[in-house]
Amino acid sequence: MTGYILKRLLSAIPVLLGITVIVFLIMALIPGDPALAILGSYATPENVAKLNRDLGLDAPLVTRYFIWLGNMLQGDFGQSFALNRPVLDEVLERFGATLLLAGVSFVLCAVLGIAAGVVSAARQFGLADKAITFVVLLGISIPSFFLGMMMILIFAVDLRWFPVSGMKMAYGGGGFADVANHLVMPALALSVVATGVVARLSRGAMLEVLRQDYIRTARAKGVSEGRVIWGHALRSAMVSIIPVLGIQAGFVLSGAVYIEMVFQWPGVGRMLVDAILKRDILLVQGGVVFVAACYVLFNIAVDVAQSLLDPRIKT
Amino acid sequence: MSQFLTLLLRNRLAAAGGVVLLIVLALALLTPVLPLANPDATDTANRFQPVLSAGHLLGTDHLGRDQLSRLLWGTRLSLAVGIAAAVFAASIGAAIGIIAGYFGGRTDNLIMRGVDMLMAFPYILLALAIVAALGPGLVNALIAVAAVNVPFFARNIRGVTVGLAHKEFIDAARLAGLGHTRIIFSEILPNVVPVIVIAMSTTIGWMILETAGLSFLGLGSQPPQADLGSMLGEARGALITHPLTSVVPGAMILVIVMGINLLGDGVRDALDPRLRSGALARPMAATRVARRAPVPQNEDAGAVLALQGLETQFHVKDRVYKAVGGVSLQVKPGECLGLIGESGSGKSVTALSVMGLVASPPGVITAGAARYDGADLIGAPYETLRHLRGNRIAYIFQDPQATLHPLYRVGDQLVEAIRSHRPLSKSEAWARAVELLKQVRIPNPESRATSFPHEMSGGMRQRVGIAMAMANNPDVIIADEPTTALDVTVQAQILSLLNELRRERGLAIVFITHDFGVVAQLCDRVAVMYAGRIVEQGPTEAVLAAPAHPYTRRLIACVPELGEGRRKLEAIPGLPPAVDRLDPGCAFAPRCLKAQAVCKQGDIALAEEGARVVRCLFPETDIRLEQSV
Amino acid sequence: MSEVLKLDGLAKSFAVGKRLFGGPRGMVHAVRPVDLVVQQGETLGIVGESGCGKSTLARMLVGLLPATSGRIEINGAPLDNADPSEFGKKIQYVFQDPISSLNPRKTIRQIMDAPLKRLHHIDRATRTQRISEIFASVNLREEFLDRYPHEFSGGQAQRIGIARALAAEAKILILDEPVSALDVSVQAQVLNLLADLKVRLGLTYLFISHDLAVVEAVSDRVAVLYFGSVVEVGPAEQVFAAPRHPYTRLLAQSAPVVGRPLSAPEGRESELPDPLNPPQGCAFKARCPKASEICGREVPPLAPVGGTDHLAACHHPL
Repeated sequence: MTGYILKRLLSAIPVLLGITVIVFLIMALIPGDPALAILGSYATPENVAKLNRDLGLDAPLVTRYFIWLGNMLQGDFGQSFALNRPVLDEVLERFGATLLLAGVSFVLCAVLGIAAGVVSAARQFGLADKAITFVVLLGISIPSFFLGMMMILIFAVDLRWFPVSGMKMAYGGGGFADVANHLVMPALALSVVATGVVARLSRGAMLEVLRQDYIRTARAKGVSEGRVIWGHALRSAMVSIIPVLGIQAGFVLSGAVYIEMVFQWPGVGRMLVDAILKRDILLVQGGVVFVAACYVLFNIAVDVAQSLLDPRIKT
Repeated sequence: MSQFLTLLLRNRLAAAGGVVLLIVLALALLTPVLPLANPDATDTANRFQPVLSAGHLLGTDHLGRDQLSRLLWGTRLSLAVGIAAAVFAASIGAAIGIIAGYFGGRTDNLIMRGVDMLMAFPYILLALAIVAALGPGLVNALIAVAAVNVPFFARNIRGVTVGLAHKEFIDAARLAGLGHTRIIFSEILPNVVPVIVIAMSTTIGWMILETAGLSFLGLGSQPPQADLGSMLGEARGALITHPLTSVVPGAMILVIVMGINLLGDGVRDALDPRLRSGALARPMAATRVARRAPVPQNEDAGAVLALQGLETQFHVKDRVYKAVGGVSLQVKPGECLGLIGESGSGKSVTALSVMGLVASPPGVITAGAARYDGADLIGAPYETLRHLRGNRIAYIFQDPQATLHPLYRVGDQLVEAIRSHRPLSKSEAWARAVELLKQVRIPNPESRATSFPHEMSGGMRQRVGIAMAMANNPDVIIADEPTTALDVTVQAQILSLLNELRRERGLAIVFITHDFGVVAQLCDRVAVMYAGRIVEQGPTEAVLAAPAHPYTRRLIACVPELGEGRRKLEAIPGLPPAVDRLDPGCAFAPRCLKAQAVCKQGDIALAEEGARVVRCLFPETDIRLEQSV
Repeated sequence: MSEVLKLDGLAKSFAVGKRLFGGPRGMVHAVRPVDLVVQQGETLGIVGESGCGKSTLARMLVGLLPATSGRIEINGAPLDNADPSEFGKKIQYVFQDPISSLNPRKTIRQIMDAPLKRLHHIDRATRTQRISEIFASVNLREEFLDRYPHEFSGGQAQRIGIARALAAEAKILILDEPVSALDVSVQAQVLNLLADLKVRLGLTYLFISHDLAVVEAVSDRVAVLYFGSVVEVGPAEQVFAAPRHPYTRLLAQSAPVVGRPLSAPEGRESELPDPLNPPQGCAFKARCPKASEICGREVPPLAPVGGTDHLAACHHPL
């Protein structure tokens, strides 16, 4: 098992390098001169040339890539000109808040989604199945940002159950109760789409598995129906559900960008959007690479979980 | 095509989604000719007008622009962008996927590594990076959304293509003289198109959401031009004071995407061939029973298992397949009954009906009784059935690869079989499981118990299947072609094992097979099935030596036997009948050389004489004569 | 008589367990060097259990798999499938699974058209004519031509597969388990049809099956494959009636036969050798009652036993 984890970690290295190359190349496509954007009205030809030299932008593309990569490996993601602080500090601070929001949403989507899918499949064509199918359809059709806005209107403005926004920091500040209070609505809004996707997929996977011969064998042994569904069938269905959970984690991270905007959540998504609008390239680069790297590591964890579940995967 | 449309329309939800979508599409197309206000004309004096105010059916926004006009223009834009992104992503992705999947090897490796790289990003990061590079704007948002979805299509289509590329019809095409390009266009593409359509119909809604999302963030359409997402983004500032300006575009997105998703599900269901036959229904815990006739009286006292006039049907849409059309048979303790027939003769369905294991839907037991020690099992409460399953009546199935759970250790599967019926502790049950493995002569039972099924050979797996059936010392074992999937040398081992177990324990066995050689070696009596009914039954030796039914005689004759050298075989012309269109009379009559007009009129009863039974008006052997000799 | 098909040291190995760095974990020798000759007009039966390499062998013969070593000669010339439209006229293949060998999205006419158009470049009217002739020769009704494959039963689909192979007008047919997916009553029909066609069209067959009785009933000569090697080859009426290799005898005794009492002809737990870790010497030695010290040391060569046309690869032939 340790060998397998090591192997997967090793195989992640080219992927991580690939990610940096892709991000770097996309950023290199940017038309115009970033120095112009930074200097704005102070842009004289001398100033631009000097800044370009300072930023290392006058070197060839390949050299620039390796300088950037080397700096990143030493923990130097560069300096955000808009915020005037190191990119890594800003990203790390913001990422905690995003991780909290996305993590809670992810757990919600996994637990609720799988449970709904299993119940739906076990009661195929029944009332519960129809109800779940409808709710799920609604869930995957509603834009999460619109859902978040409607939740603010109903639960914050009308009912006053939760605060509209105003989360300052994910940790510290108002303590656990305050954080939890601020978290409920964004986490729910964020998890709805992913829950719907997981539920649909789980239902399909369960229906597929329930038709297999080994389910008939379990029944022929006299195993109780509860164990057939939640044991034999779900275990097999998890083999196709787990990879989707890995993909959904990416979707939850993605959706977090919208939700952070709607709920003014101080996360990395909002930071990125602001940085794009301000053309703060180094911050965008650093943020994207950092989050993508975390996602790659998470997917390794997913693969390991999969190999623990399925002995047929060669470890 | 017409079949596809019928299926789509039969699905009411899909039809509803389609209608909604058609209306929205029509409105979007007609927008330029509708009498609408200029969507970009600001009128700050009249900002935030309510619904149904003069000249503004849906009120005005924060700059006093007409909401209805902006909504329709925005819808038009959102739809156009979403659909364009879907078409781009699907065609580029499909091309990549087909090339990678068809050529395989290094090409595939290289392409898929790149795709994996792109999929290693949470999709929005990539989209954000692209927009950051190209600058905010609707076209750039479209490019970003299409680009991040290309890997999804590529991977999906590649998977399908790999499956197709290894199909035998591709090999056949190659041998028919077709080159790579021709094979891709004439053999692969027609089979991939439905998958592309399904993938598109299920993702197009998602793409509309994504482009709307980028616009919502201010990275898509730029003012004054507005799609639904940027309308929502602009309205967000006034969400609490004037919620209407947010609700209008948001609800429109919801309606569009929901319509697309409903229609997409319908398209998928209609195009997926498995759903066409209604196969994707999950089987219930026990077969449905709907007896249309009174339960027959208990007649046989000596039998441990007796079937009386059992009828099992499959109801698929408006068709009724009479898989089992009134089967009666008995097994006594210690007896082995062979049930022989070709595929579709109903022999397996008969066996599965006993314990309610026929997949339902579509299976329904419509008549008859199955008595274990005199008590009828058909329609018995589920708990009664569950208590007997694997306990008193156990099954051995055909393909041990498919019938053992792939993710549980074989020891655990045996433990479960034991503990479902006996209150043993885990360690006691494990010891018993090892003991069982020893009894079926698996070498090294202690360590083999911790193996997974895929780590064993086919013969070993079937031994586990037999051990599982023996777990609770049952009275009856129903073995459904247990050696058909095995090689002859392994088959010989398994058959002699079964035979020994039966003699040691006085087991009653119902042995289902299509092989007369196996029946001859193992079974005391044999019942021959054709088109859902027993046509002949009797002691094995007598039936094989002097078959009475023409079908039995000719079936035996058309099987080549080892040691007879090269020869012309006696074939039976024609095909077994389809059990959803059975004609009256003898089902074998159309293929029978002795058939006369009377054979096709009305039901033919079983003629019984001593131990032998035959359902024929002109039997090959006079069973009465034979009995008296 | 002439040699239409000649295999000379033909072998195939697959790499398993590809690793990130370095070579594969091991090689599986699916087919070990095989020498065989098929004469004009004969049926050579190839029999063996699952995993013995018989399908791999067949696929190499029609160029669907490249051989690892050795050579194949068709009508005296080495196999050359660089131009598919020439190669298909020499040798054709009939597949095991009749349904999956027909493209589900094409009509039978389109399927039949392909070899006539691509291999023989015949114009449309002549094609229609030819298809009618071929269909008549395999007892299929012409009304089937405008239907799709899923509308046919296994037996009918297999006839269509045979018809397609005939359309190429190749004189050699590789029949890979052509009847094992069919019911016995239909199996006999297809076997008889194949026998008829062979005589009428002067074909040569390589008939692969796991069913000894079927192989015996259709073949002139039979080759027995075990663990990728030919262990015995000889006239069909002798190979099973008087087997010389212990494995052939085991096969013949294992087949269930009416009138023979049930008995396991060998130790109960015998298994195939592990392909990743093949034994030294004779692959059958662990299961063989006659195995001696030399069997563990040397691979026995395929050598004449008794007559010149009966060969067995055994140190201690029966």
